[in-house]
Amino acid sequence: MTTRIENRFAKVRAEHRAALVTFVMGGDPDPESSFEIIKALPAAGADLIEIGMPFTDPMADGPAIQAAGLRALAAGQTLIKTLALVSRFRQGDSETPIILMGYFNPIYIYGVERFIADALKAGVDGLIVVDLPPEEDAELCKPALDAGLNFIRLATPTTDDARLPKVLTNTSGFVYYVSVTGITGSAISDHSQVASSVARIKSHTALPVVVGFGVKNAETAETVARGADGVVVGSALVEAVRLSLVDGKATAKTVPAVTGLVGELIEGIRRVHKS
Amino acid sequence: MTVQNPNSFRNGPDETGHFGLFGGRFVAETLMPLILSLEKAYDVAKNDPSFQEEMRSYLTHYVGRPSPLYYAERLTEHLGGAKIYLKRDELNHTGAHKINNVMGQILLAMRMGKTRIIAETGAGQHGVATATVCARFGLKCIVYMGAVDVERQKPNVFRMKMLGAEVVPVVSGAKTLKDAMNEALRDWVSNVEDTFYCIGTAAGPHPYPAMVRDFQCVIGREAREQMLEREGRLPNSIIACIGGGSNAIGLFHPFLDDKDVMIYGVEAAGHGLSSGAHAASLTGGRPGVLHGNRTYLLMDDDGQIAEAHSISAGLDYPGIGPEHSWLHDIGRVNYISATDTEALEAFQLLSKLEGIIPALEPAHAIAKVCEIAPKLPKDHLMIVNMCGRGDKDIFTVAEHLGGMD
Repeated sequence: MTTRIENRFAKVRAEHRAALVTFVMGGDPDPESSFEIIKALPAAGADLIEIGMPFTDPMADGPAIQAAGLRALAAGQTLIKTLALVSRFRQGDSETPIILMGYFNPIYIYGVERFIADALKAGVDGLIVVDLPPEEDAELCKPALDAGLNFIRLATPTTDDARLPKVLTNTSGFVYYVSVTGITGSAISDHSQVASSVARIKSHTALPVVVGFGVKNAETAETVARGADGVVVGSALVEAVRLSLVDGKATAKTVPAVTGLVGELIEGIRRVHKS
Repeated sequence: MTVQNPNSFRNGPDETGHFGLFGGRFVAETLMPLILSLEKAYDVAKNDPSFQEEMRSYLTHYVGRPSPLYYAERLTEHLGGAKIYLKRDELNHTGAHKINNVMGQILLAMRMGKTRIIAETGAGQHGVATATVCARFGLKCIVYMGAVDVERQKPNVFRMKMLGAEVVPVVSGAKTLKDAMNEALRDWVSNVEDTFYCIGTAAGPHPYPAMVRDFQCVIGREAREQMLEREGRLPNSIIACIGGGSNAIGLFHPFLDDKDVMIYGVEAAGHGLSSGAHAASLTGGRPGVLHGNRTYLLMDDDGQIAEAHSISAGLDYPGIGPEHSWLHDIGRVNYISATDTEALEAFQLLSKLEGIIPALEPAHAIAKVCEIAPKLPKDHLMIVNMCGRGDKDIFTVAEHLGGMD
């Protein structure tokens, strides 16, 4: 059985371009606005959607995503509500892949088995759990893969050739290359190195390789699209949410702020023809 | 493969860094290769006689070890029961046990060719110890400290700056120790080449809990020898306060296989366990994953980490070292708790009876000694870890007691 993620990458490849992977925080700035944002993403140009599961202590995230998580938690977001958000999205969209991204503790407390079952039921396609390296695969990665969820792994500049096979072994869907040694929102300093790193990873795997961290606008999206199968944008989108708020509350500008930026990003990506 | 002796409590962690269910390596991929190389470097150093000799030399001549085991005669008389000894780790250079661990980690960092040292600190004792040893060896030092703690531990902030460290106030989250640790981890993710993260307690991803414990075990080894020399037998009980639990595991570990020695760990009960405002992870929390390890944590039903509360900034942490979680579950150590009020009373009592002003952290242990010791016979030997001195806390205490007049 091919998965939604495989189908989506096949479709994007057929269009001779890179994929746009958008990250937004589940429940930011409030549950209803968050649903409206996510619902609007595919039409705006998002090929895959990552939804952040907010956590109080996001140790790999920069200020923008930290703040987005705290806004969501302050508005009452929980893991149950994030799963419900996916269910609701699925009622209107059966094709766009949804990947939940976050940290392990809320999942661990929810219960790994129960979480996997509920995520599948809600229509989740894949998981990215930042603080579960291959050394902890027994915790969630293996049971999730067995149940039919994709487990997407991060590879980083510190993941050398000796370690790459270990990182790629239990990875499915796609590989997420973190382009900088840094927290989310950090800028890429050397784009040529990103392209060669993607090539290095591709020599080890047939999976699509997407690149994240540091993509902020059409120009950086275009540059990254040249060397990767997909471009991930997160901090810039949650910043667009933040800047649209008045007194911490969503406004009529909130959804258009996000979709407008997504539109610019996909324009940048479309400028690169992939053979 | 190391052969595990099933009759010993001192073999942990296993090769994957677990103490039973607890411990592990829950870190971002960026850090994983760094943690593996740290583990390798520590394994080499641990078995290298020249590293051990270097440690011994600095601990003797720079830190001032061994610290005395002092018979607290007036406290003993006052309580009228067990014979109480204080392990005087507050007499170490920089005034706390923290430097035992920092010395080990910095010597290791230099072996690994690292030139930039980062640390988190709560009360500021670990930050001061790190700044001190970095000054001694000419290393760049950056200390992350919650903005709330910067405010309540001003003397230590000033000391760190005098020692040449950069103190970064952390304004994210609750602005206390856990947030300082998040920020230090973010720094490490961003500076992987030259940076060594000197963690201040026996927690974090493997190998930190075991490594920090090993460096702190000098406390228990000395106390054991000193007690045998003074009294010709082992203590009947030992007791220490616990935040992350590095002073406690340092005292406890060498005694874990002495089955007749009762061991007590004292968590901070803040305003009281039922108030919800406390830092007693074992008593009031449950197993979860934070800061690289699985351990008991304070959290809500959604797995969001809760704010801890304690009058003592050094105990104000919603987690605890994983080895303590394991020792709690298997029942080898008896974990109890003391409130802010009890600690304040003990702080005054020890100052007046023994002329020793304890830090608010060990004041929690003293508070429980006051409860336990009177019920015990006079030939019961008890060791309390005096893991820090109270100079840093006098302003906090003055605030609670209504002034110095």
